[in-house]
Amino acid sequence: MRSVKSLEEIRRIIILHKRWDLIFMITGIVALMIAIMTFMALFAHMLIDGLPRLSWEFFTSFPSRRPESAGILSAWVGTTLVMLVTAVAAVPLGIGSGVYLEEYAPRNLLTEIIEINVTNLAGVPSIIYGLLALGLFVYQLGFGQSVLAAGLALALLILPVVIVATREAIRSIPITIREAAYALGATKWQTVSDHLLPYSSAGILTGIIIGLARAIGETAPIITIGALTFIAFLPPSPVKDEFPFISFEWLTAPFTVMPIQMFNWVSRPEEAFQLNAAAAGLVLVVMTLAMNGLAIYLRYRMRKNIKW
Amino acid sequence: MQIDHKEIAESAQYKSEVKKLSFHYGTFNALKNIDMVLHDKKITALIGPSGCGKSTFLRCFNRMHDLYPGNRYDGEIILHPDDVNILASNVDPIEVRMRISMVFQKPNPFPKSIYENVAYGLRVRGIKQRAILDEKVEVALRNSALWDEVKDRLHELAFNLSGGQQQRLCIARALATDPEILLFDEPTSALDPIATASIEELITDLKTKVTILIVTHNMQQAARVSDYTAYMYLGELIEFNVTDTIFIKPKNKQTEDYITGRFG
Repeated sequence: MRSVKSLEEIRRIIILHKRWDLIFMITGIVALMIAIMTFMALFAHMLIDGLPRLSWEFFTSFPSRRPESAGILSAWVGTTLVMLVTAVAAVPLGIGSGVYLEEYAPRNLLTEIIEINVTNLAGVPSIIYGLLALGLFVYQLGFGQSVLAAGLALALLILPVVIVATREAIRSIPITIREAAYALGATKWQTVSDHLLPYSSAGILTGIIIGLARAIGETAPIITIGALTFIAFLPPSPVKDEFPFISFEWLTAPFTVMPIQMFNWVSRPEEAFQLNAAAAGLVLVVMTLAMNGLAIYLRYRMRKNIKW
Repeated sequence: MQIDHKEIAESAQYKSEVKKLSFHYGTFNALKNIDMVLHDKKITALIGPSGCGKSTFLRCFNRMHDLYPGNRYDGEIILHPDDVNILASNVDPIEVRMRISMVFQKPNPFPKSIYENVAYGLRVRGIKQRAILDEKVEVALRNSALWDEVKDRLHELAFNLSGGQQQRLCIARALATDPEILLFDEPTSALDPIATASIEELITDLKTKVTILIVTHNMQQAARVSDYTAYMYLGELIEFNVTDTIFIKPKNKQTEDYITGRFG
């Protein structure tokens, strides 16, 4: 009996085995298509409904009872200001926590509990953050239903994302680079500020932008803390023409944001408001895609000089 | 192995003395009661099979183990001429690392310019004056035989250099701060034979300036570059002597077996 199979047999077996390659590939493509087509269909629908409504006036008008003259001025200004507060609060807190956990924290039970908590926080439903912010920022600290309270609520929401991104980015730096710095006599802080943070900045920045892109579409926590759904004025300008030229009054102003404006329009019975909602949705999706695009570009730019 | 410390104390030719050094990773006893000396401005090689503790031993000299929790040193490493025990708990590991530099297994330049790589150790020491930095960087690059190749592109990224050049850059980085001892942890294991030859030549040249301790898995390398050789096995120092004696007439059977390739 020959133990080695004949050439024909081997070829037959290969063809049989390769069939599975083909089957899996087709399944994969189908799965991918379902995901992509769903998004494309949604986007196309919004594009068809919303695009005709997009005009300069749409961006510079306040909401109105007449759908054809209603715009998203207060919504996009509100979203921008809230995002500003979110970024200013979440970035230093998130990076600080991430660096501490990765480089400074002693390896013990307490650190481990904190780490598990941080990771799990990312999975807490966003409305819970809204409730926390309502109790803490709106009432306890007396910020009211303001830009500040909303920004801080969203900052809490994306904090785990920033912390995890910071830790992942720092961890992806080879241990030999870290040891090279310490071996030259660098302290922890010198190692962190001269090496770990600069080399991980692309990853951290990506995490921040992904976090902000998530926050920009959040509706539940903002509704919970009581954003207005119809608002026909802007928060006070941050720039003044008299000394000291900068004002923080806008922080305590009432506000609305893009997803709430959309939600408000969608819930109206008139057909024309549905079109406004589609247009606002289009703007929101483009804003989110632009942020993700920026994240990809920055990661590419900053990683170009780093090879490991 | 016994070493007569009294005799050593009377002599000025030792840069460092290791006394009853033991080291634990958690509960694992990686180094057992090592006694050894480093001769001033000489090259000492550490050889032995993988896992024998030679890298662990090397990394005691710059307290690298302090970076990770659960490690414990026992015994002493005395650094001359000031006779300080660098393993003592009241000695700051950063101070030790400022006196003793290290070159790693794989070239590990920072993703910065060639100039900034060499200058980093100086910057850590608070040197800011451009003129001093420029001079020290040039001297270090000359001493590591890299100056002629990089003098026109000091501000290019270090990653653009070849592997051998990167390792010489790492040597320059370690040299720039005028260390008292230079540690090499298998510095050529990631390099091709030509780059290896140039690094070996460089190490031999450097002994006029600095005391060198080198870990190598390559016995020919130990024989070529070192003045003294220590053979380690399972965390113990089996034999330590002048390199020629170790390679031609080892006293210990185990050393002989390892060197002749009958084991390992």
